[in-house]
Amino acid sequence: MTTAVELVRDVPFAIGGRTFHSRLMVGTGKYRNNETMVRAVEASGAEIVTVAVRRVNLDRREQEGILYHLDPKKYFLLANTAGCYTAEDAIRYALLAREAGFNEFVKLEVIGDQETLLPDVQGLLAAATILVKEGFKVLAYTNEDLVTARRLEDAGCAAVMPLASPIGSGLGLLNPYGVRTIKRRLKVPVVVDAGVGTASDACLTMEQGVDGILMNTALAAAQDPVAMAHAMRLAVEAGRAAYLAGRMPRREVAMPSSPLEGMLD
Amino acid sequence: MTETVDIVVNGEPRAVAQGLTLLELLQSLDLDPRAVIVEHNRAIVRRPALGAVRVVRGDAIELVHFVGGG
Repeated sequence: MTTAVELVRDVPFAIGGRTFHSRLMVGTGKYRNNETMVRAVEASGAEIVTVAVRRVNLDRREQEGILYHLDPKKYFLLANTAGCYTAEDAIRYALLAREAGFNEFVKLEVIGDQETLLPDVQGLLAAATILVKEGFKVLAYTNEDLVTARRLEDAGCAAVMPLASPIGSGLGLLNPYGVRTIKRRLKVPVVVDAGVGTASDACLTMEQGVDGILMNTALAAAQDPVAMAHAMRLAVEAGRAAYLAGRMPRREVAMPSSPLEGMLD
Repeated sequence: MTETVDIVVNGEPRAVAQGLTLLELLQSLDLDPRAVIVEHNRAIVRRPALGAVRVVRGDAIELVHFVGGG
């Protein structure tokens, strides 16, 4: 299938010295079962998939590790530090994740508020600074604040990941201006992470010019996660293509598309 | 009768044989050492060293792996 993106000239999507073919990254949490998760990931066309670090369940064996289901040779595993509320915890989780031996990338989350899961930007910057020194390629989950985003870039992050709206909320892109501004001002890739609810959200997000999107709940909590994964794949491609194509200017008054001449008396 | 020592594995107290190595601990829990990351008293123990580290009383061990997440 010829995709829209192949019809327009695009630059490769590279993070931390690695090039990826899909601008859509997906999470692997909250699916009703592993089979649905695997099929949705496949349908999304994503190459980068996120995983979390958790204790092995010593009593019940049904909660197997995700690598029993997802082929680590087929996907680029991006470990997160989800659930961490301090820089110290996030660093501990990142070190454990790296020990799994797949790569030195980490999606850094330092959460500051239980209700909104908004980031603690002080803790985030502290953790990012240390992890970069430890040799990590840090993809930092942050809010849509330009100054924080710039500080994360200055700290050496490989990518900055502003939210569209709170994690798992599905509220869509609440601050297009903020996200667009971050993209315009940063040199490192900007990947919007969290809050996308449906395909139009993904499309609108990509139309801001950002490099990619990471989503999880939008797929996992859809009525049909596999079909939604397909929709998101198309939406990300469409949004990217539209951004590259360059939209028409907005006008406050109508302009006819058909000739004014040749009308009947 | 083997002497046992009390340790904590993933937050749960456990009595294990004295002198047990971390590798033997994983085997006793039916865990594949290639699929588990081991933290011993807050320090990561690399896979090749698992057979050389013996647990002692009061050790805190965390056994983690990758699960689904966003």
